[in-house]
Amino acid sequence: MKSKIAAKNMDIGYEKKVIIKNATFEVNNNDIFIIMGASGCGKSTMLKVLTGLMPPLKGNFYIDDIDYIKADEQTKLEIMKKVGVLYQSGGLFSSMTLAENVALPLQKYSSYSKKAIDDLVSLKLALVGLDGYNDYYPSQISGGMKKRAGLARALALDPEIVYFDEPSAGLDPLSSARLDNLMQDINQNLKTTLVVVTHELSSIFAIGTNSIFLDAKTKTVKARGNPAQILKNPPNEDVYNFLTRGKYDEKRAE
Amino acid sequence: MGDIILTLQDKTLTLTLKGNFIDFEDGKLYQNIAGYLPENIIINGLEINKWDSSLLLILFNLNKYANENNIKIENLYMPQGLIKMLKLALVVPEHINRETMPANESILEKIGGFGLNVWQNTLKGTIFMMTCFKSLWLFIRRKSSARKTDFLFAFEECGPNAMSIVALISFMVGLILAFVGAIQLKNFGAQVFVADLVTIGTIRIMGAIMVGIIMAGRTGASFAATIGSMQVNEEIDALKTMGISWAEFLVAPRMASLVIAMPFLTMWADFFGISGGAFVGILALDIPATEYFNHAFNAWSMKNFWVGIFHGFIFGFIISLCGCYYGINSSKNADGVGIATTKAVVSSVVWLIVATGIITFVFERLGI
Repeated sequence: MKSKIAAKNMDIGYEKKVIIKNATFEVNNNDIFIIMGASGCGKSTMLKVLTGLMPPLKGNFYIDDIDYIKADEQTKLEIMKKVGVLYQSGGLFSSMTLAENVALPLQKYSSYSKKAIDDLVSLKLALVGLDGYNDYYPSQISGGMKKRAGLARALALDPEIVYFDEPSAGLDPLSSARLDNLMQDINQNLKTTLVVVTHELSSIFAIGTNSIFLDAKTKTVKARGNPAQILKNPPNEDVYNFLTRGKYDEKRAE
Repeated sequence: MGDIILTLQDKTLTLTLKGNFIDFEDGKLYQNIAGYLPENIIINGLEINKWDSSLLLILFNLNKYANENNIKIENLYMPQGLIKMLKLALVVPEHINRETMPANESILEKIGGFGLNVWQNTLKGTIFMMTCFKSLWLFIRRKSSARKTDFLFAFEECGPNAMSIVALISFMVGLILAFVGAIQLKNFGAQVFVADLVTIGTIRIMGAIMVGIIMAGRTGASFAATIGSMQVNEEIDALKTMGISWAEFLVAPRMASLVIAMPFLTMWADFFGISGGAFVGILALDIPATEYFNHAFNAWSMKNFWVGIFHGFIFGFIISLCGCYYGINSSKNADGVGIATTKAVVSSVVWLIVATGIITFVFERLGI
């Protein structure tokens, strides 16, 4: 199967500080790919690299077999048009209504008429369960709704890949489960590849079809594959601990 | 109060804990234990009545000390809660190998680092400035991603909403200038020249500088705080991943609005500065109104007026660039936004004065 995203021998980090070394992994088309690991292991940094916000210290990553690092600015822009990102806080522009937020990428990149853009915006908001909230400002809606509105904006240009940064963070279990269902619906019905950075175990096992585990101690990708399979054959006690909410530690303490 | 009794027998040190261990401290305990050179330590907690974290800390350190020095340690007859907390504390996974802080730098390294830092910041600032000017050019040609509403909101904030404070401060500065001038001019019986002093001083430089300082504190700070908060809320990241230029979307409308508003605010400040001077001249110094305004009109020159407006125009660039620069480079936390705002105001004021010095020098040389 052709990979949608492929990272090859990537070192990621800030200036002289390497956070993850030699990361190599592939995200297949239509995967729900989980990037998991303990707090501070470099998940969000990995997401920043994959979304083009910062370069890797070493190595490359490919989207549809195009080397993103070596691509010129125009190619990068074309690649990023295929990509949507849902940020941890939603990343909505607070001075704009939800409709204006969702319309922004459409106005920038599509040639639709104003009427068509308005209709598309309403459709995208309806898709995430926010029908009728067009004129609300981000400050007027709840955290869960902000995430859904952020998702509507991420889906505005019908992207082939959507990145999620800690989608469950700050949500109650029900809202979190609903967001998981929504992500699965998008994945299955729109055939979108999802890359999810999370440490929420319920989400990892509920939606993840493929994953990597980033290990802060060794600064490497410690495990790859389906999360349930990794749990069956954990490569070490850290991975087992993470996936079982610290059962190994509990045993040590007894 | 608790008591720790130490007894040594066959290289086995027994610590018997008695009484209430609340806010307990024993500074010499570890020294005393080390002095015994034990091979085994037994801690007997049978007679502990009450305890808090101070006792837990002692037990934690003792266990760590024993482990590090290969001393066998036994915790006997401890209260149930205390032994559980101790196990919890001791079971924490070993510290992850983070990079340690660099060792103390020598003076040469510090000087080198400072030089490098200055160079990098200069380069970064220059690139930022060029990017913003390019975005402003695109904005003027209506080819940028900026929204018209953002420009109008920013203009309302920079222009009409700032008029009242500019009027008040300028009036007061004109008033102060007149009073201070009058003290000296009185010695020569030339009080009427207060009108000339206030008019020339205000329209050539003081009006623009006062507007500059007010707008640096008001609008420059607002730009830095707004854009800094957008960093915290990941709005800038969202713009970047959408392929929308932050300079076009955020900086250009703000810069355009302030650059347009500043010359008008300078004129507004000139009017109120002169009015403040007139207020003192006519009411406090008893200069007849016709004579005062006669002197003021004679002192007025279009050359000075345009010099003041030019200052306002340049200050518009400086304040918007400083505000946006520190906002864009703000750390993604509340503290970072506060620091960005402070830096924006301080650097705006510093650059205003530097720019005034340079403009004054150049105009002096050119005879303007």
